[in-house]
Amino acid sequence: MTRNARFIDERITLKYGTGGGAMRALIEQIFAKGLGDLGEGNIGLSAMDDGAAIRLGDRYLVITTDSHVVQPIVFPGGDIGRLAVAGTVNDLAMMGATDPLGLTCAAILEDGFPRETLKAIWESIRASCDEAGTTIVSGDTKVMGNGELDGLVLNTTGIGITDRIVTDAGLEPGDQILVTGTMGDHGLAIMATRNELALETELASDVAPINALVRRALEVGGDGIVALKDPTRGGLSSALHEMAEKSGVGIVIDEPSIPFRDEVRAVGELLGIDPLVSANEGKAVFGVRPRSAAGVLDAIRSHPLGRKAAIVGECVADRPGFVVLDTGFGSRLLSEAEGELLPRIC
Amino acid sequence: MLPNDTLHQLKFRDPARARALRKALEQLVAHADHAPVSVMHVCGSHEQAIAKFGLRAAFPRDLQVIMGPGCPVCVTDVPEVDEAVALAKQGVRIASYGDMLRVPGTSQSLADAKADGARVDVVYSVTQAVDLARDIDEELVFFASGFETTAVATAAVLLDDPPDNFSVLSAHKYIPPVMEIVAEMPETKIEGFLAAGHAATITGSAVFEKFVGRHRLPVVVAGFEPLDVLAGLVRLLELINAGEAKVENAYPRCVTREGNIHAQELLWRVFRPTGGRWRGIAHVPNGNLRLRDEFGQYDARKRFTIDASSLWSYAPQKLVQQCQCGDIMAGIASPTDCALFGKECTPDNPVGACMVSAEGTCKIWHQYGGHPDLRSMKRGVA
Amino acid sequence: MCLGVPGQVVEVNRERNTATVDFWGVKKEVRLEVCDAPVVPGDYILNHVGFAIRRIPPEEAAETLALYDELLRLADDQDLMTQDVRSEIDAAPYAAPSPEEASDASE
Repeated sequence: MTRNARFIDERITLKYGTGGGAMRALIEQIFAKGLGDLGEGNIGLSAMDDGAAIRLGDRYLVITTDSHVVQPIVFPGGDIGRLAVAGTVNDLAMMGATDPLGLTCAAILEDGFPRETLKAIWESIRASCDEAGTTIVSGDTKVMGNGELDGLVLNTTGIGITDRIVTDAGLEPGDQILVTGTMGDHGLAIMATRNELALETELASDVAPINALVRRALEVGGDGIVALKDPTRGGLSSALHEMAEKSGVGIVIDEPSIPFRDEVRAVGELLGIDPLVSANEGKAVFGVRPRSAAGVLDAIRSHPLGRKAAIVGECVADRPGFVVLDTGFGSRLLSEAEGELLPRIC
Repeated sequence: MLPNDTLHQLKFRDPARARALRKALEQLVAHADHAPVSVMHVCGSHEQAIAKFGLRAAFPRDLQVIMGPGCPVCVTDVPEVDEAVALAKQGVRIASYGDMLRVPGTSQSLADAKADGARVDVVYSVTQAVDLARDIDEELVFFASGFETTAVATAAVLLDDPPDNFSVLSAHKYIPPVMEIVAEMPETKIEGFLAAGHAATITGSAVFEKFVGRHRLPVVVAGFEPLDVLAGLVRLLELINAGEAKVENAYPRCVTREGNIHAQELLWRVFRPTGGRWRGIAHVPNGNLRLRDEFGQYDARKRFTIDASSLWSYAPQKLVQQCQCGDIMAGIASPTDCALFGKECTPDNPVGACMVSAEGTCKIWHQYGGHPDLRSMKRGVA
Repeated sequence: MCLGVPGQVVEVNRERNTATVDFWGVKKEVRLEVCDAPVVPGDYILNHVGFAIRRIPPEEAAETLALYDELLRLADDQDLMTQDVRSEIDAAPYAAPSPEEASDASE
């Protein structure tokens, strides 16, 4: 049960979709409640991990699903198609399944959606699948009336097989926290595009499938890698909080070590949004045993998508479930995003 | 003590200097003839800076840096929020800064009204609201919150020939009068004030001189980088220890004694100060900014008949009576003194405005852990 | 009161009385009608909700710029080596003796 038991409001509002505590409470109290169990040795919904893992002999079948509702559907650095592929491939990788067997893709279109846009998005899906070494094996298409849906919604489901599951709950005091690159890129890139603040910026989403990078790290780190999570909605903050809570450890982060792009910091300051709660779609957070940390870091940095990887903190026994930021000037408790990213103005 | 010209040589995020300033602060607090030493800042952004950089964990234990009524969202009173909500429910389209959306009124916030179907747009600047008004045919009311710095922007757009369908519901506030109120509160133990650097960029540091003369309390105007805040506090402690009641400018790159005269002219051409209630602080003479009669055509209060009475028929929350936002804002209580804090009143379900605003004391305490002793959480070499 | 962010003027549009301002690589248009002094490209301003409320004088700006550049460079190195930072600051022509040196001397 999560640390702060919450009441689910009468109406499910936007905050329940943002990936933070409210969403977890919703899953615990409504979605997971009363569902049949998968049984010993399997990982099901109640674990609220990046995917489910089902024993198949001495291996695991990993399965995960994701829906994509991003607006705008085409944004600097990518589009909803790339996001749909990368998101699911990365979720599989976060469980340790770095070689996807295949993806399904269901598309729900709004009446009047332009064909050429659909073709471009599909090309993006195809290219992203190539990058990840997988393909779309099954799908579904629905069209809803004009105004009944915002353009396009995509759902992808992915399956993979792995010998070893990496959860996000395996941390112990002393374990090192590592990020594979710059934080907060995707969320702020979308915010910068979406609002009418007319920001001229090269800021682009970091959306990318990172299964190859994770595979390389797992080859080097083996069971020295004890936790894996991708900082999507809710950003690094959410990812760290979940890891800390599930593992029952505290986490101390050295804020100056966290890699950020200048533009992400700048847009964050201009919009009043903390990059630490802004999503990434092409990065991962690793929990690594101290003996393996240097080797895993090198392995990740050797991959093009991991050049800016850094060790940013470690796990402690104090204050389990809490994440503390050493800012370089003092320290503070890292907060989770509550609700939509409403920018601070005054 | 630090040489005076150090203030002018500030390197604003240098950790080495930060450590030096923290050491100086410790020495100054130790040399005070009493403990704790209590100072107040009246700026939400100072609180945000302190929280963001984790400075509270670095302040000496015997130094209390209290957040006063400097969060404009927090001090926007229930009747003003009700006016905006009532208009929204009357079918009028409202544009508002994001922070104000979740502030509770008598029964609803603008966010609640929006969930019920009212049209409420979040804007990042008043100019965005004007642009929106130009793009639509219907009426657009800008719910103008914020202190004098932000009011300048509202004044500028009103002087720039806004479209006929644009009007302003002013909830702007003016900070210097509330410092008087706090200084005059009998329970107050505040020995000095850190003044808001950006408001002072507009109004000038001279605006505090009368206050200092009347109350014999030092005021240091400070900026928002970590070193700005630390240096401002060092200077303030020096003045307190020396018993000197004066105004000092520790933010000379942005603040001058006279301030931005041109911006002041615009501000007072469009707005007049008037007494009003601030949430939790009763009456603040000259604390509210309302549109002058010459700008009556853009005044939403004149253009519309705002009927907020329907909102009062919702059962008023008993909780509101237990809410200690007022005392917290005046620096008399801290969030943990409030029975509702962290239980009935959380960022998800805020009772008072202090829990809603990103700059609200309670919100920041809840998010950042207030005064947790984080010194004990050690980290090995990463 | 809040969100006052400094940036550098890249271009000025006299007709509309606005400036394109660069904030660490992100550009934004800012209105100039409440600024306390006229601005030209290269100047630094303090932005608040889309209005320049202050032209930051170059002497002050040079120091702020040096610091922000340092901050960004430090971020690249991902390493806060105090000694390096201090040497860089001390090497700058306008450096004053650091407070640490001053207080060390007095101890």
